[in-house]
Amino acid sequence: MSVAVATGRNPRGPRPVIVTPGRIGLYVFLVAAAAFFLLPAYVMLLTSFKTMDEIRQAHIFGWPSGLDFGAWFTAWGNACSGQDCQGVAVGFWNSVKITVPSTIISVLFGAFNGYALSFWRAPGSKVLFAVILIAGFIPFQVFMYPMVRALSTLGIYNSLTGIVAIHVIFSVPLLTLLFRNYYASIPLELFKAARVDGAGFWRIFVSIMLPMSTPMLVVAGIMQLTGIWNDFILGLVFAGRDNLPMTVQLNNIVNTTTGERLYNVNMAATILTALVPLIAYFVSGRWFVRGITAGSVKG
Amino acid sequence: MGRRAIGRPWTALLSLTPLWAIVVLVYFGTTFWTAQISLTDSHLLPTGHFIGLGQYGRLFATQTWQISIQNLLILLILVVGGCLVLGFLLAAALDRAVRFENSFRTIFLYPYALSFVVTGLVWQWLMNPDLGIQATFHQLGLTWFVFDWTMHRETAIYAVALAGIWQGSGLVMVLMLAGLRGIDQDIWRAARIEGIPVHRIYRSIVLPQLTPTIATAVTILAMGVIKTFDLVIALTNGGPGTSTVVPAKFIMDNLFGRQNLALATAGAMVMLLTVLAVVVPLAYAQNVRAARQRNAL
Repeated sequence: MSVAVATGRNPRGPRPVIVTPGRIGLYVFLVAAAAFFLLPAYVMLLTSFKTMDEIRQAHIFGWPSGLDFGAWFTAWGNACSGQDCQGVAVGFWNSVKITVPSTIISVLFGAFNGYALSFWRAPGSKVLFAVILIAGFIPFQVFMYPMVRALSTLGIYNSLTGIVAIHVIFSVPLLTLLFRNYYASIPLELFKAARVDGAGFWRIFVSIMLPMSTPMLVVAGIMQLTGIWNDFILGLVFAGRDNLPMTVQLNNIVNTTTGERLYNVNMAATILTALVPLIAYFVSGRWFVRGITAGSVKG
Repeated sequence: MGRRAIGRPWTALLSLTPLWAIVVLVYFGTTFWTAQISLTDSHLLPTGHFIGLGQYGRLFATQTWQISIQNLLILLILVVGGCLVLGFLLAAALDRAVRFENSFRTIFLYPYALSFVVTGLVWQWLMNPDLGIQATFHQLGLTWFVFDWTMHRETAIYAVALAGIWQGSGLVMVLMLAGLRGIDQDIWRAARIEGIPVHRIYRSIVLPQLTPTIATAVTILAMGVIKTFDLVIALTNGGPGTSTVVPAKFIMDNLFGRQNLALATAGAMVMLLTVLAVVVPLAYAQNVRAARQRNAL
């Protein structure tokens, strides 16, 4: 993890001894950039605690007069999209029901494929791997109609099973690549030793390789968790009315309102939707970054 | 590779069956099916009545599609370019032994963890003409301040670009920072001794070494831009009018809203070709580069 190298032990760049105009400029740039990135979050948070009367005064950067959690409760349980006033709570639980199985299954499937491709020279595995790399670039729109038809035929279109299957299928290229590359870095001697000791295909995977790939499992897990939680288009098309994920319901609540738009409720609902990936990001920190750099091998 | 495994029981062979099935049936099967539909006159359901490339002609004669392609080009230039420049500047700044590096990095990257829907809705609110940033400035007497880009046909696409840059710059920063940390730090000492100005070093030594990183960043960003859908849906829903329509939205509208199946699939095939047009040259360039490095050793 070169990104994580601290500045203390191994200083980078010219040594900052004196305060020069250049260094002041550097910090001015960084602080200005930080302000640009933080501004939307700041406004979102302030707006969610304001009353509609305060919002109508149009001081978007102004502090709310008090901490009014009313908008938050409305956003969670009563916000309306059209005639349907159930808030984002339903979407939250739908997203949990979609994300948890999709993440677990896709990561384990990716690890399994990476393992099989990396250690067992089944005929055609090289071709298969090359083909997967190409497949990863095909846009969703190309699959959309045939997959709708296929899932309808199987009777799982517009169902939880259907959307989980879709998420698993479409994360195959990236996850297979990640795990195959990870396993390629594990010494082959280890595998050979296990073979000599009589361990078979499954035994080596479950007892040796899977435990050894804990770091990659965490990285891939975080990637999938945030990616699937943040998905919009697949949930919109494949999940069905009863299983719409939180992102789709949020968009419906904010963009299809009839009557006065409740900006405080909208912002509270937006924050609630962003909360799960944000928590994953802040808690996992370095692992999240590692997912980006590991994924970028594929490009 | 040179990784020779011992033995290949039938379990190992069977184990790749699901992967083969997904690749062959789902990835290539559906691509083939989509390509086939795009050559027919299908509307609500596939008809199997082939009309050649007629749908493609119709597609490029459709004004909404023309706008979507134009928007895609604008977004490709602005978002890819903007993220590259801002991301590189952030990484270069963070690489110069600054305090609170971790805090800054966390701040620059958090938008990347958000859903495009969240990003779109926040920027929609910030650009609200009556209650957003513009209104706040106007109340302070700064009436020259204009920030209602989402409201006008001419400016709405730039709102999408701005939100995209806000979300994607952190990614480039992470990639560039990793690249910068891989560069030999002695160049700084050598440059100081030689009296070479810092910007010269960045231009002549650092940037050339970052070429592979830049290629990776361009690929990821371009792929993201070509697939843009949720951001537009949340921020402008393609409006005002059709001014911010993008290919992905055009296809989805024709697929599910207008039942123009063949037209939509033709659009999807064009999208696929666009992706390949971006990926193939970059992958080729990287291969050539890697081969050269191997030969140089």
